[in-house]
This record gives sequence, C-alpha cells and structure tokens, in this order.
Amino acid sequence: MKTQLDNALQFHQTALGVQARRQELLASNIANADTPNYKARDVDFASALKGAMGGRFGPLALASTSSRHLTGASGSALDGYVGFRQEFQSSVDGNTVNMDVERAAFAENSIHYEASVTFINSLLRGMQTAITGQ
Amino acid sequence: MSMLNVFSIAGSALHAQSARLNATASNIANADSVAGPDGQPYRAKQVVFAATPMAGTTTGVGVQVTKVVESAAPGRLNYDPANPAANPEGYVEMSNVNVVEEMTNMISASRAYQTNAEIMNTAKTLMQRTLAIGQ
Repeated sequence: MKTQLDNALQFHQTALGVQARRQELLASNIANADTPNYKARDVDFASALKGAMGGRFGPLALASTSSRHLTGASGSALDGYVGFRQEFQSSVDGNTVNMDVERAAFAENSIHYEASVTFINSLLRGMQTAITGQ
Repeated sequence: MSMLNVFSIAGSALHAQSARLNATASNIANADSVAGPDGQPYRAKQVVFAATPMAGTTTGVGVQVTKVVESAAPGRLNYDPANPAANPEGYVEMSNVNVVEEMTNMISASRAYQTNAEIMNTAKTLMQRTLAIGQ
C-alpha cells in the first residue's frame, strides 16, 4: 500500500537514483581520462527519469501483456538509457573523454543531487509539521 | 548504492595514477644512470592503462594498470673514454629517459590524481547529505 508520503517522495527518490547513477558514469569517464580507446558515456537524464518513473526498463523494453512475462532487461533499469558522448576533438589514442565537459557535468549533477536531497528534506519537514500540528 | 561505486571508481583511478607517478619518478631518478642492477642501461618505464568494469555495477568503469612496458628507444651515447663503463669506441650508453617527456607525464598524472581526489570529496559530501535526510 502506498501512503501519501510515498507518493510525495517517489519523484525525488527516483530522481536521486538516476542522479547517483549518472554520477557513477561521470566518475568513470573522469577516472578513464587517460585510458586508450575509452569512450566517454553519459545518461540522457530527462528520458531516464521519465522511464524510471514509468517503471520502464530502457527504451528497448519488451512489451508485456501479462504480469508473468519476462522484463527482458538485465542489470539496472537505467542501463538502456546510457549512450556514448559525441566527441568534439578526436585524440590519437582513441579516447573521447573531454575533461572540461566531464568536470562541468559532474559539478552540475552534484548540484542537482543536492537539490533533490533538499527537496526531500523540505517535504519531510512539511510532513513533520503537519503531523505535529505545531 | 551507486554513490559508493564512485568511491571505488575514483579509487581505482588514484591507484593507477599513482602507479604512473611512480614510474615517472623512477624514470627521472634514473635519467643519468649508466647501468641498472642487471648491468644493462636503464630503460624508461611506462604504465599501460585499461578500463575495467567495477564489481557490483553494470555501468561503472574503473581503470587499472595492465602492464608496465619498457621503452625500446636507443640509449643516449656519451663520449667519455675515461669512464669504466665505456665501450671500445669510448662511448658510455646512458638510459633512454626523455626528461621533458617525463616532466609532462608527471604534471598530467598529478592533475589527474587531483581531479579524482576531488571526485571522491564530492561523492563524500553528497553521501553525507543523503545520510542527513530527515534530520
């Protein structure tokens, strides 16, 4: 059974999950900035969040008409939304990590994560106020 | 817990970059060596990085040092007939370390190390914010 609190928190909770996953991808890119032939990856945040909210397992999910059908997805629900980054300048070793882009995306994603945490905190505080009635 | 994977990913990068820094330090230290422990001139060492999937995650990719290769470039020849290590023509074979290359390599490695340490700090801050939810 879903309570009102669950419904209120679900959006931010899902967003937090997508942001944490994106943070992991960006950390991978930065960690592999010097690895030959590494291709930078990122997740399309808007569609990943939309998909995660709808409980869809990526853009290539199998259509199911029965609850007993297999989802056809292995691993995480967000794996289907991960794509390779377009490279601006090619490098001789085949690496497509652009440090400036990755650093900017990492900082931006950190702010988004903190924003989600702040939203959750204020929702909880609102609920607390409602419960105590003070 | 995706955020915990960030620690292992950035940690693998710190490990790899410090191995690279180690190789650079060894190369610069031996830039003027005449012969190594095996009697051969010192050969510049370079680490080889490769992406490696991290345990417990499907998308996170860390980095590891797969091997250390020795440069095949010919050593510098110094004309110094008085040196006991000189060959019959009077040349001493020095190491093949290119100090300029090593210095740039060192700067690159230390910057990459800094960046990954900062990534860890950011992940730590976010983790602490998450743990403080509802307090």
